[in-house]
Amino acid sequence: MTSQDATDVVPSYDVDAVRSDFPILSTTMHDKPLVFLDSAASAQKPRQVIDAVSSAYESEYANVHRGLYKISETATANYEGTRETIRKYINAERTSEIIFTRNATESINLVAYSFGREFLEEGDEVVITELEHHANIVPWQILRDEKGVVLRVAPVNDDGELIMSDFEEILGPNTKLVTVSHMSNVMGTVLPVEELIQRAHAVGAKVLLHGCQSVTHIPVDVQALGCDFYVFSGHKLYGPSGIGVLYGREELLDSMPPFMGGGDMISSVTFAKSTWANLPHKFEAGTPAIVQAIGLGAAIDYVTDLGLEAIGAHEAELLNYATQKLSSFDGLKIIGTAPNKASVLSFTLDFAHPHDIATIIDRAGVAVRAGHHCAQPLMDRMDVPATVRASIGLYNNRSDIDALAAALADVQELFG
Amino acid sequence: MSDDLRELYQEVILEHGKNPRNFYASEDATNEARGNNPLCGDQLVIYLKLDDDGRVANASFLGKGCAISMASASMMTEIVKGRTRNEAESIFEAFHGICTGEEAGHKLSDDLEKLQVLSGVSAFPTRVKCATLPWHTMVAALHGKDEISTE
Repeated sequence: MTSQDATDVVPSYDVDAVRSDFPILSTTMHDKPLVFLDSAASAQKPRQVIDAVSSAYESEYANVHRGLYKISETATANYEGTRETIRKYINAERTSEIIFTRNATESINLVAYSFGREFLEEGDEVVITELEHHANIVPWQILRDEKGVVLRVAPVNDDGELIMSDFEEILGPNTKLVTVSHMSNVMGTVLPVEELIQRAHAVGAKVLLHGCQSVTHIPVDVQALGCDFYVFSGHKLYGPSGIGVLYGREELLDSMPPFMGGGDMISSVTFAKSTWANLPHKFEAGTPAIVQAIGLGAAIDYVTDLGLEAIGAHEAELLNYATQKLSSFDGLKIIGTAPNKASVLSFTLDFAHPHDIATIIDRAGVAVRAGHHCAQPLMDRMDVPATVRASIGLYNNRSDIDALAAALADVQELFG
Repeated sequence: MSDDLRELYQEVILEHGKNPRNFYASEDATNEARGNNPLCGDQLVIYLKLDDDGRVANASFLGKGCAISMASASMMTEIVKGRTRNEAESIFEAFHGICTGEEAGHKLSDDLEKLQVLSGVSAFPTRVKCATLPWHTMVAALHGKDEISTE
């Protein structure tokens, strides 16, 4: 799989062939070919994922872990097989360290609820950054209000990079948990997580990485990173919604109490006392999202077949093209100009509000996100009420960027 | 560019959006309320001065938002000035009907005809709240509530 201008060093794939795997990319929006630049919100699904989901329902569907018959065994094997696919994808040591949740938000809430309530006490400090998604702010505020832990916020600079010296200054003997985005959903900034983890561990703090954005662009090796928790959602990784992942180091997960009680998470139950199932099932109460998990497995297989390195290289080239193309626009300001960024281009126009821009370019068939991107504190920090965010997935091409630029000309015509 | 876009972003709206009228915090407001659309982050404050008869003697606003919400707030402050509480509320009802495309039974009187320029929003369901947020906030202020959210 090489494209015409590929060199020997950079891995690549045939983008046109990949696009034909995604049925929605050949549809129209407002009678215009769909230009989908909102993968950071939720990515589109390839035929391989859609087929895996359909066939799981059509021929192999039953509840998992309990049926003493063939299709239940098959469903269980497929569901549990995805755990192994995920383990390999992020290079966890054991499948017991892979917990299925609904999404990254639930994964973070699980850690806040279980780890936070068990191990954090009044005066202990939880460190986040200014660029966090609400999913990595609000659960800690709830814990703060309940337990009296202190929430510390490490600032970012005008380019949207974490200010390392300030981060180091915040760390101290009271720091018990550092919980940060691996990559900003608004600005694309990739954080220097190796260094952050090292510093945090040096003061004895645990580290949670919010990997929703990074896990689709950057190879992740949780053992090499040494993080204690890693969370992500399936739907941004070209898989179904309703399935997410919490990775945690086994000894930590073992020491944590259950998040929810119910079926599937017990070893035995009497009215006097219940005991918990072993990992990972201790954290998976009730019938799980069986088919969604199987779909996520197919999505990871798809991404792995193309290769994250090739995907990252393709997206980087496109981000570069988009940045150059949009920079020439009068009155356009890019929000997030860190040298180390991936796949996300946020911007404002000085003559039109992001919502007006999104509405106008929607009519040209171009789907972007406009708003605060669930990161209101970051909007305040960057001093913008909202931004337009074009985000790039493995299937986007230069024509998509050209269509965005052409649609922005419509905005200029109306508002300029 | 599509016709419904040109219908939505008429010259009057763009002009009000760029140069909103009564765009200041009133020192002598008797009623004020904060409006918030948590989905998009739009925020504004409406200031009303009610006289002894319950008439709106003055109306102003401050806030950040899209052209639609700014223009709607700007035109609203012009229109409710001098109206009684009940008049202001029934203008909102009529205006709401226009925005959602259910205007039957809500024929605007001649002096309110200028609000008709915002009717283009009915073709954009996700943008109706942009146009109605200032009005919801104004009604909240009239009722002595100090905050309202679209969600």
